Amino acid sequence: MSHVSLAPRDKSPLHAVLSWLLRNHIWVFLALTVAVFSIASPYFLTVNNLGNILTQGAFIGILAIGMTMVMIDGEIDLSVGAILALASALAIGLQEHVGTWPAISLGLLSGAALGFFNGTLVALSGMHSFIVTLGALIGIRGLVFVYTGENALMVPDFAYTEIPEVYLGPVSLTAMIFLGLALLFQWVLSSTRHGRETYAVGDNIEAAHDAGIDVKRHKIINFTLCGTLAAVCGILLSMRLGTAEPNAGKIWELWTIIAVVLGGTRLQGGFGSMWMTIGGVLTLAVLRNGLRLLNTPNYVELMVMGAVLVLALVLDKILNRRGES
Amino acid sequence: MDSRIRSLMRRHGLVVAFLVFLAGVAVNAEAFLTPGNILDVLRQVSITGMMALGVTFVVLTGRLDLSVGSLLTLLTVIVVDQHNVAGPFPAIVMTLLAGLCIGAVNGLLVGFVGLNALIVTLAMLSFLQGLVLFYSGGSNVNVENPQETWFAIFGRGEFLGLPVPVILFLTGAVIAGLALQFTTFGRRVYGVGGNETASIFSGIDARWTVFWAYAISGFTTGMAAVIMGSRVMGAQNTIGQGYELTVLAGVILGGTSLMGGSGSIWRTVIGISMLGFIQNGLLLLGFAYYVQWLVTWAVIIVAVWIDLGAKRGRIFA
Amino acid sequence: MDEVILEVRDITKTFPGVTALDSVSFDIRPGEVHALVGENGAGKSTLMKTLAGLHKPDGGEIFYQGEELRLSGPLDARRKGILLIHQELSLSPELSVAENIYLGAWPTNRFGMLKKRELRRNAKAALEALGCLFGPDVRVGTLSVAMQQMVEIARAEAFRANVVIFDEPTASLTDSEKDQLFHTIRGLKARGVGIVYISHKMDEIFDITDRITVLRDGQVQGTVETAATDLNQITRMMIGRTLDAYFVKAKPEFGGEVLRVEGLSKRGLFRDISFSVREGEVLGLYGLVGAGRSEVVETIFGVRKADAGKLYWKEGEVALPRPRQSIDMGMALVPESRKEQGLVLMMGGRENTSLPHLRLFSEVSVMNWTKEMAVFEKYRSALSIKTTGPDQAMSQLSGGNQQKFVLAKWLCADPKLIILDEPTRGIDVGSKSAIHELIAELAEQGLAVIVISSEMPEVLGVSHRVLAMSEGAIVAEFQGDAMTEEHLIDAVSHARAPVAAE
Repeated sequence: MSHVSLAPRDKSPLHAVLSWLLRNHIWVFLALTVAVFSIASPYFLTVNNLGNILTQGAFIGILAIGMTMVMIDGEIDLSVGAILALASALAIGLQEHVGTWPAISLGLLSGAALGFFNGTLVALSGMHSFIVTLGALIGIRGLVFVYTGENALMVPDFAYTEIPEVYLGPVSLTAMIFLGLALLFQWVLSSTRHGRETYAVGDNIEAAHDAGIDVKRHKIINFTLCGTLAAVCGILLSMRLGTAEPNAGKIWELWTIIAVVLGGTRLQGGFGSMWMTIGGVLTLAVLRNGLRLLNTPNYVELMVMGAVLVLALVLDKILNRRGES
Repeated sequence: MDSRIRSLMRRHGLVVAFLVFLAGVAVNAEAFLTPGNILDVLRQVSITGMMALGVTFVVLTGRLDLSVGSLLTLLTVIVVDQHNVAGPFPAIVMTLLAGLCIGAVNGLLVGFVGLNALIVTLAMLSFLQGLVLFYSGGSNVNVENPQETWFAIFGRGEFLGLPVPVILFLTGAVIAGLALQFTTFGRRVYGVGGNETASIFSGIDARWTVFWAYAISGFTTGMAAVIMGSRVMGAQNTIGQGYELTVLAGVILGGTSLMGGSGSIWRTVIGISMLGFIQNGLLLLGFAYYVQWLVTWAVIIVAVWIDLGAKRGRIFA
Repeated sequence: MDEVILEVRDITKTFPGVTALDSVSFDIRPGEVHALVGENGAGKSTLMKTLAGLHKPDGGEIFYQGEELRLSGPLDARRKGILLIHQELSLSPELSVAENIYLGAWPTNRFGMLKKRELRRNAKAALEALGCLFGPDVRVGTLSVAMQQMVEIARAEAFRANVVIFDEPTASLTDSEKDQLFHTIRGLKARGVGIVYISHKMDEIFDITDRITVLRDGQVQGTVETAATDLNQITRMMIGRTLDAYFVKAKPEFGGEVLRVEGLSKRGLFRDISFSVREGEVLGLYGLVGAGRSEVVETIFGVRKADAGKLYWKEGEVALPRPRQSIDMGMALVPESRKEQGLVLMMGGRENTSLPHLRLFSEVSVMNWTKEMAVFEKYRSALSIKTTGPDQAMSQLSGGNQQKFVLAKWLCADPKLIILDEPTRGIDVGSKSAIHELIAELAEQGLAVIVISSEMPEVLGVSHRVLAMSEGAIVAEFQGDAMTEEHLIDAVSHARAPVAAE
């Protein structure tokens, strides 16, 4: 009896490289943008600037980590920008009453609670997460305004703004937190039961359900994670700015989705990774930073982003189609 | 009989709740249900309402349009600026055409290329924001001769005691509603949204249907921009920011399903007006304007839950 | 008494309007392959889903290893050693082979960390036991269908399954892959696993199974030793009735040719399809699921694109059309899946009926509701459709009434050719015979009719001529006295289509 048909297709090294690129085209794109900006601006490829890029990208990056988890599940969370604003307002506003660290913890808790609330609604009602979190995006922003009364909250003690002023070479604490969390969640995705379930649920929800995975509980956990990470981002932002603006993080959810999709994680779920998201976040940050170094007006950045996003989508479609046939 | 009442509650529960809200506000704020205030509310919602008319077409095909907020900004800047350069009439024509064309680009990418509607219109949102800054150079534009131009009637005029923007909105709603209910195009929109595959098997070219839905969405946003420009007599770079979400919330609130195929212009008018009355009522009761956002959140959740319950009842009962 | 591993006693299962299983009893012995055969709708899939924990029976008992079996769900069944290998595979393409084998039952430590080494080792052992040459780390999405199926079978090793149920396992396999599968099944059998084998393909049944149980209309017709029976007996048990009593055939009065297809091909789906159909003729297209029948007619109608082929409409060559053009020419396709392809379920009968012919029902793009209502009423009474009104949503109607609306939506524009793809699948007996009568009536009015069906009595009963399809090619044509069930079964299960040089 021959076993020919059950042997995997032979892969030449070239094929292996190509298929890797196919799944990680964001890194090719990142290398390309880095190369272009290095040639265009002498300041681009300096240690300081690279450190800046990391710090600038870290805020969207932390949001993107949670968004990636939710998106691999096949869901979406539009409320991260608003959760961020609430967490940063609580972290600053509560300091006078309960002290710095408890205020920070309460800020984190608010993010976790709102994420849990979103997740529970999605899982129990069967409503599409787009609608649930769209409602949350509007409503939580309302909470922020109720709490701050439309005013930016100032930090009572400026020691607070020095907390993230820790550097490891050119790398700021914020950037380290982003990279650390990204690596942590890459590990979660690749090595833990919860991480593998995330793919199973997004990939083939019926198979996952048949295999006894508690899909509802699973989704609630990921939404809670996403909310918590949004709060982390908000607290770091409040430390950096020393104030909490009620409009902080407005339309950041859109930038976050752009970063994640640019990385290659699929909106339909089941496919993606933190590596891809890191790539997407860095590409976004490099584009912004590079275009600014070149003194291009603000609008170029926005237009390039829009164009790049559509391009990434077209590319993904073409590559996927080829992959299928 | 009992089940009929229950299904009636399911279908119109939200309207009932809304009427209770209206009554509650009316008791506490005498000014609420006066004709003057009602017209004020309608005037407020005429801009988002006009946009929502077009977005309803898109949502009925089972797609999304998140670009309308940025598009509103761009078109308002264009109409105000061109008003100074070329005069009111050419400015209006240009604005409507620009809206139609940008909507058509969305339609092309979603309908014909087959890209994900959420991401495409998100990309368009970013692109249009850039285009606004490019066009305006980052500064605000104002109508130079606000006292002398007839352009003011769209936002500020009155006709037979009714504000012109309200007349425009309601006329637009009637036309859009009739188009959806009585034309072949309307039937295609419902068909494609309800079951795209079955529609293709029925010889409907879904690509064109989606394309035109987006074009209409761009066009009604153009109409909204004319009203906006005329009312403000100027435009800031952020004038339409976040409108896409308000519009979408209104459409969903009316009960039009994001899955496509079910809903109507009538429902959108109701949904968007409900948002307007909630906002107005809360303000009259002395709440800060942002409290309406919290109420909107609650209302969206309840609305969708009720809708879902009704559907479940239909499928499994 | 022989040793029995799983025994089903008087299982009954009803769905609204249908009795799917009517006091069914059967048993599985360790180390045997037990075939479950029957026509579509005979109750095979309901029975197997009940065994796998996907359905709960309304009555009766299941004994497993001497104890009464109560399943809380599919994972419970899997854990207890009963594994269903479904036609649509239950895998996550992005996960690795090892992770898929143990889907939902991964070994973890206290912190929820995957014990990758253990997982990998166990999976590797399971794969090796089956003789698979791919490793446990490969992503399932990169494997061929046959290999993916092996991943599912590997669950049998991994969970030490005692009963494995195969549902049409060879539907999308090549010949050599099929041989490999049979080798694997014999391996499981040698290990003492009881196997239920569901298939339409009689040659496979006789090749691999030890006993055959025949189901018809939810009832067991009998269980026989494979060695002691033959195709004729099984066929008779499956059909169990004479044809003439049920079907009306249209008078064979044929007019001119309406449609001719020459050399229609699509890579991977079908090749070199040629046939023609005349006015007043009912042409049957018989084949097993996956033979490419629906794909062929969908290509002719224009929903799919072909690689090659010519189309002649009323003896004039036409370019391969898009659906709009086919409809305007006078073609109608009643598709296979009425819920997915046939109807907009949220709409009522009125709107569904006019959907393909909006131009006929409108003036200057404005819909003519009077005309719509008239046509709706006409077909409601002509086809005796039960609905409360023109706007009652399709989702509230029964399958038979839904199907009648699909027919109405095509008949109302007076087509010249109507293609019916599985027109009676999943509908009640009354509606079934109404549709059969309608087919005859249409042909007598001069329409050309093509009927696709995997129910042999139906296709033989209504057609003047039958084409048999297998693996993407037309393998035989029968008319007159040659149109028998034996011939058809023979044609599709033995005849191997000439292997295309690809």
